[in-house]
Amino acid sequence: MTIDLKTVKHISKLARISVDEEKANKLANDLNSIFEFIEKLNELKTDNVEPLTSIAETKLRFREDQIKSENIREKILKNSPDENKDFFVVPKVVE
Amino acid sequence: MSNITDQTLSEIIRNIKSKKLSSLEVTNAFIERSEKSKKLNVFITENFTSAIDQAKKFDETPNYELKLPGIPIAVKDLFCTNGVKTTAGSKILKNFIPTYESTVTQNIWNQGGILLGKLNCDEFAMGSSNETSFFGNVQNPIGENLVPGGSSGGSSSAVAANLTPVTIGTDTGGSIRQPASFTGTVGLKPTYGSCSRYGIVAFASSLDQAGPMSKNVKDAAILLEVISSFDKKDSTSINFKRNKYFEELTNNIKGKKIGIPKEYRVEGMPDEIENLWNKGIEYIKECGAEVIDISLPHTNYALPTYYIVAPAEASSNLARYDGVKYGFRSPGKNLIDMYEKTRSEGFGEEVKRRIMIGTYVLSSGYYDAYYLKAQKIRQLIKKDFDEVYNKVDAILTPSTPSSAFKIGEKTDDPVSMYLNDIFTVPVNLAGLPGISIPAGLDKNGFPLGLQIIGKPFDEQNILNIAYSMEEKINFKNKISDWWI
Repeated sequence: MTIDLKTVKHISKLARISVDEEKANKLANDLNSIFEFIEKLNELKTDNVEPLTSIAETKLRFREDQIKSENIREKILKNSPDENKDFFVVPKVVE
Repeated sequence: MSNITDQTLSEIIRNIKSKKLSSLEVTNAFIERSEKSKKLNVFITENFTSAIDQAKKFDETPNYELKLPGIPIAVKDLFCTNGVKTTAGSKILKNFIPTYESTVTQNIWNQGGILLGKLNCDEFAMGSSNETSFFGNVQNPIGENLVPGGSSGGSSSAVAANLTPVTIGTDTGGSIRQPASFTGTVGLKPTYGSCSRYGIVAFASSLDQAGPMSKNVKDAAILLEVISSFDKKDSTSINFKRNKYFEELTNNIKGKKIGIPKEYRVEGMPDEIENLWNKGIEYIKECGAEVIDISLPHTNYALPTYYIVAPAEASSNLARYDGVKYGFRSPGKNLIDMYEKTRSEGFGEEVKRRIMIGTYVLSSGYYDAYYLKAQKIRQLIKKDFDEVYNKVDAILTPSTPSSAFKIGEKTDDPVSMYLNDIFTVPVNLAGLPGISIPAGLDKNGFPLGLQIIGKPFDEQNILNIAYSMEEKINFKNKISDWWI
């Protein structure tokens, strides 16, 4: 199987990472060599194997639904890339 | 008394407790040496001023009951530290200041540890040479222009160069053990669920574990005892009875059964590593343990399995970096354009490559062929271990298929870089504990490590085996301070 340019562009769309033509070509090459390496897995028959979804055999724990306010709103907003004291700001989404 | 920074953690603790040294003297010694060692590029963020204040505070009202009394410790920059910049080695987080503390670092501060700084690492811990960091390469103190391993490369370099008494790293596919092996230091990856993942920048959540890195096994035991804890904030944290790893450390491993897996004799492995492994087997026998040949038949499939599972989880974990609430943002003409530009400019090449692999294997039409298939093979790999653990107590292998390589040597070929983790990845896939200890030098004088893999939650046993081997090996690192 080979990953072509069209596929690379489709994946980059899904991953929300823009790639230019030159980068897309390089990525296609890299991905092909990585998937060539991954194809080895097809040697194994796994029809009757249960997938391993979690290594830690724990049940999810429940907790009380409590409000724990630490009043860190300002500190959190300080990390915001757009300077605004009250909200996170993004480009306009509604016309 | 020897130079403060040459001392092991246990020696420093003893000297502080007996009042031969103050926390301030120790802290200043490491800061002074770090100031002279900028060339190694181990620190992303220095916390020196604050560390000095805290050391003074400790000395005013010392509490010698603590396990790390006034000990300065630098940590990998993947652990969130409240109020101190945490970058994960990425441009996308270059200005991020967490409002909370990771559980493992909190455990260290609770026992008297003092934050010395945040250590360089591969971007989002994706790499085996520390060359993917946005903050530049780290030099291995073993030799100029030599990689320190990765992803915990700043950590391994800092311990080997005596810039911190011990440190903590994280290990998703070998990121503690491989850099430990490359720098002649000790690195332990605990059982999945031993150390809380809360507050660690996530890479692959079903594989990530934090663990100690140190100059010797005793120090690793001290630090593991501090950081390993049950934590409600991590849904995969496991509540089991933890040993007092340091107190219970013993070099008596008589009667222990150690497995030697034939599949780890890979093609093209240098003779030096084969010989080192054989020497390790002899040492184990001398310690009174029994050596048994075993087979882990699916070993060859571990690396390809890892390169589906880890990128898949990473692509999902890294979806949060969108330039909205924190981190780097590149402006765009609309929201989607902003996301795409932010992620394109904010992530480095290796991280983008892995996000793309992960997105692809999880995408519609490919999920069963790749992701589900990999999860099934992961089951087979785990069963291999389950089976041999009916016969043996632990497994001995080399840590890496080579010693440290030159900066730039493997950056053009991702697959050859991935092969570095061939001996360490199966351990993460099966969720087991593993420790790398320095075991010898190759013809260039570069360190080589041996790995001991244990049963789940049997950290005490691999520490004991490592401890008794360490005595026999009597390893001496050759570091000339060339960078000073």
